[in-house]
Amino acid sequence: MALIYFRCIRMNRLFPHPSSPFTKKSSVLFCTLQASHAQVTTQVENLQNQSKQKEKLIQTATKKTLEHHKHGYEAIIGIETHVQLYTLTKAFCSCPYLYGSRPNTTICPICMGLPGTLPVLNSKVVEFAVKLGLALNCELSMNSKFDRKQYFYPDLPKGYQISQFDVPIATKGFIDLDLPVEFGGGHRRFGITRIHMEEDAGKLLHSEAGSYSQVDLNRAGVPLLEIVSEPDMRSGLEAAEYAAELQRLVRYLGVSNGNMQEGSLRCDVNISVRPIGQSQFGTKVEIKNMNSFSAMNRAIDYEISRQVLLHSEGQNDQIVQETRLWDEAAQKTFTMRKKEGLADYRYFPEPDLPEVVLTKGFVDEIRQSLPELPEAKRRRYEKMGLSMQDVLFLANDNSVADFFDAAVENGAEEKLAANWIMGDIAAYLKNERLTIDEIKLTPKELSELIAFIKNGTISGKIGKEILFELISKGGTVKSLIEEKDLVQIVDPATIEALVDKVLAANPKQLQQYRGGKTKLQGFFAGQVMKESKGKANPMLLNKILTEKLNAGG
Amino acid sequence: MPSPIQNPRLLLSHRCLPLHFPPNPFPFPPNPCRLVHRSAAALSPQPAPTPASQNLAIAAPPSSEILSIRESLLSRRRTAAEIAAEYLDRLRRTEPQLRSFLHVSQTAMREAGEVDRLVESGAELGPLTGVLVAVKDNICTADMPSTGGSRILGSYRPAFDATAVRRLREAGAIIVGKTNLDEFGMGSTTEGSGFQVTTNPWDVSRVPGGSSGGSAAAVSARQCVVSLGSDTGGSVRQPASFCGVVGMKPTYGRVSRFGLMAYASSLDVIGCFGSSVVDTAILLSAISGHDRLDATSSKHEVSDYAPQLVSLDHLESKPLKGLRVGVIRETTGEGVDVGVMSSVQAAASHLEQLGSIVTEVSLPSFSLGLPAYYILASSEASSNLSRYDGVRYGYQAAADELSSLYGDSRANGFGPEVKMRILMGTYALSAGYYDAYYKRAQQVRTLVRKSFKDALDKNDILISPAAPSAAYKIGEKTNDPLAMYAGDIMTVNVNLAGLPALVVPCGFVEGGPAGLPVGLQMIGAAFHEEKLLRVGHIFEQTLQNYRFNPPLLAES
Ligand SMILES: [Zn+2]
Repeated sequence: MALIYFRCIRMNRLFPHPSSPFTKKSSVLFCTLQASHAQVTTQVENLQNQSKQKEKLIQTATKKTLEHHKHGYEAIIGIETHVQLYTLTKAFCSCPYLYGSRPNTTICPICMGLPGTLPVLNSKVVEFAVKLGLALNCELSMNSKFDRKQYFYPDLPKGYQISQFDVPIATKGFIDLDLPVEFGGGHRRFGITRIHMEEDAGKLLHSEAGSYSQVDLNRAGVPLLEIVSEPDMRSGLEAAEYAAELQRLVRYLGVSNGNMQEGSLRCDVNISVRPIGQSQFGTKVEIKNMNSFSAMNRAIDYEISRQVLLHSEGQNDQIVQETRLWDEAAQKTFTMRKKEGLADYRYFPEPDLPEVVLTKGFVDEIRQSLPELPEAKRRRYEKMGLSMQDVLFLANDNSVADFFDAAVENGAEEKLAANWIMGDIAAYLKNERLTIDEIKLTPKELSELIAFIKNGTISGKIGKEILFELISKGGTVKSLIEEKDLVQIVDPATIEALVDKVLAANPKQLQQYRGGKTKLQGFFAGQVMKESKGKANPMLLNKILTEKLNAGG
Repeated sequence: MPSPIQNPRLLLSHRCLPLHFPPNPFPFPPNPCRLVHRSAAALSPQPAPTPASQNLAIAAPPSSEILSIRESLLSRRRTAAEIAAEYLDRLRRTEPQLRSFLHVSQTAMREAGEVDRLVESGAELGPLTGVLVAVKDNICTADMPSTGGSRILGSYRPAFDATAVRRLREAGAIIVGKTNLDEFGMGSTTEGSGFQVTTNPWDVSRVPGGSSGGSAAAVSARQCVVSLGSDTGGSVRQPASFCGVVGMKPTYGRVSRFGLMAYASSLDVIGCFGSSVVDTAILLSAISGHDRLDATSSKHEVSDYAPQLVSLDHLESKPLKGLRVGVIRETTGEGVDVGVMSSVQAAASHLEQLGSIVTEVSLPSFSLGLPAYYILASSEASSNLSRYDGVRYGYQAAADELSSLYGDSRANGFGPEVKMRILMGTYALSAGYYDAYYKRAQQVRTLVRKSFKDALDKNDILISPAAPSAAYKIGEKTNDPLAMYAGDIMTVNVNLAGLPALVVPCGFVEGGPAGLPVGLQMIGAAFHEEKLLRVGHIFEQTLQNYRFNPPLLAES
């Protein structure tokens, strides 16, 4: 197998306008070839022709009118998401997939599509599909099959993609989510049309000059789940939150790392705009190349505004079926290719693979093994009486939620545990770029810490000091308190002695206080606390100090 | 020892009536006059003026070359090197006329030497030790080119052995070379090869059949002991019939397809050629069984087929007593050559003599099979052949842009028949046509399966001619693709149903210097290869007075 080379294939066609500014700016493939995708042609929009003024207008409009309803239009948004599955081996061969490997180092005759090779399904792919299908409340097809989707492209070694066409493994589901509080909050339920299994294609690497391209097949054959939503979203925010919830879900389930930058989670968004009250959909435009949720949000809002503007100017005939790319640098979408009619992929059942038959036992087993999902978690936290802000923060990350749950299980008061996690712990994690699993603090010690503060053994201030020690070095709260002699002084006599000592040492200030400068109480309290090395119970201290200050003279 | 079985041909000639079936049901065309007339036509020069039938007196049933090689090695009577040299010598002498090989191994003699050292060491020998096996060139071999008979893979060398080839090597076989075929298996004459036309050892002006014509001719001319072919619509059985050798098309899934260049994945099977049923059985045993690299390969148990095949001496007088044989009515009518028909009638009679109960059976969907087959096979082919795009391997046209790279590589790399089938398949799968063609063909396929199942519930085996004619002249049908396709009528239904079928030589028709062989097709239920081989073996061993050694062999 050592002697497999790929030819550098010359494809000037890939860059129809080599001088286009996009060639350099954008690393994406904004090209499809006349010969390959049947009936789809490549045309890079000539941006020079587009007036700069218009762009400005759209961008201002985007900012001004996140509420498009004000304009009398509504946007209809549907999303196709490709999730790369986190399996040890590819979908149909035993190659591993490691993001960032040197080109063509994780390939074999099967994923290269050499003559005579055959696919054999990795059963993990089915398991993961069922997991996600159940988590998205779908109906499962107990008998589904694979189909071949046929088109020519150099990154597609067999000339067809193994996918699922008319009988996807899961259909008719939904996803629940809560919008962020800072954007007004609110609960949403979006429909899931279908989930199907398929294989990824390879990648083309374009030469600097754009005169030829090379093929990297490392990614060819990596398993994907394609999740198609109903056109239920109405804004960039809703779409971005839908994608974020999907990411959360696949991470909770352990079926994907959901990393958008690495392309493990890719969203293609379909947007159309129509006057409110009209039942017929407007012309659908597809947007690709958004590498983060915030980019999705902005790209969609830009595109909505662009279409609304064209509508309001009576130029809605200029909205055409096309694929547009999001240009992060310019903060706008631009045409990648116009669709001329529907591509005919000539789907037919994949004869090399037997039908995918699920048994009730298999499905039940997976159903029982499902972890608590984000939505259920959020509802549970809500019932604990936590604020929506807390709820969303804790449920966002499975390991944070697990940490919180474990602390509560160890007896920590819920609100206090949430405060500690969202406050000092989250700040530390952010600064040190760590995850909650990577610190030495255990949920049990956090609950101990909270308990020791609550019962007055240590002060909150000392608690904070101990926390950072626990996070970085570990150990138990109890041993730290003993070791450093940090137990709070709660004996009134001891505190009284300390107060007396401080009052005696500062006769001038005492005189001033008694002369009416009562603000000096803070000064005395600080001195007493200092004298106690921070261990004096603040409540007791203040009570005794007040008595003493007001008792004399 | 005189055989208890009388030669059916002689029976026929004595009685002047071909068959004595029970009057009802009458298994052959209902018009007895036509029947008699046909038989008379076929039998008129009785006995046929062929060397095979002239040698009646000395004819002996075929014996296993594999077992004889094994015996020679074990008894140290001959060395593997001597045996290999004999075959290679014959191969070299006959090859200029036959052109059955696209590549001949450079290492066969060295491998034979290794076998001799193995024999010397007293190590246990695999069932194919020292046996020279030829492999159809659409089956991947790591140490030899594998072109699929196509210019688009002109210099392609696979990185791996097909599972069947790996199993052959593990059984001790020596791969002697790669045999010619119609490009990617698409054809019935081997004229569709991108490289050369193979000839028929019985008459070098005739085709050997196809698409596995090279493998059939090579066994017939003893250029090798046994060979592998592939059968998508009859590509093992029809050339076996044309070349007078035994050909086995196993149940779909019996032999792994891993390493077989896909033509029509749901129909393709790797099959076996031998000069006797025993050899074919030994070869089949070696390559059968589940393979984790082929998800469509079956986990159905594999038995060792050969030991079931008892020698002639141990046969009872009615060794096939009670065997229910159904003659497929739809294969005995119009379009079948008279001579072929009479050979098959004689074979039926022979089976009856052996104790079986021969009746007629109808497969109503039979005639639908041919169009359904061509739609399904072309559809799958149009998809399977997409990978030959000039990008990663094989022939690459010089081009400045991608569309011409694809277009020119495929236009220049593929031959006309392949291009025609890609076009037909692409059409059949296109939006708007899918339901009318592909889907409908799948429905026919379901019908075909069902009618075979019904027929095989009532019969142990079904019989038919392997092809409507004997070998025809090179060039005779090249300009008439429909006539060529019609030649597959006897075999394609079996692929649609995924069933096993065995072709054994059963007679001759006139033609060529020494007559032309005719094959009998026996079809069994899924995974009943063992039964077919047993019946085929008994048939072959009791079929007296025919020897299927081609004239070319006598010359060499
Ligand atoms: Zn691989």
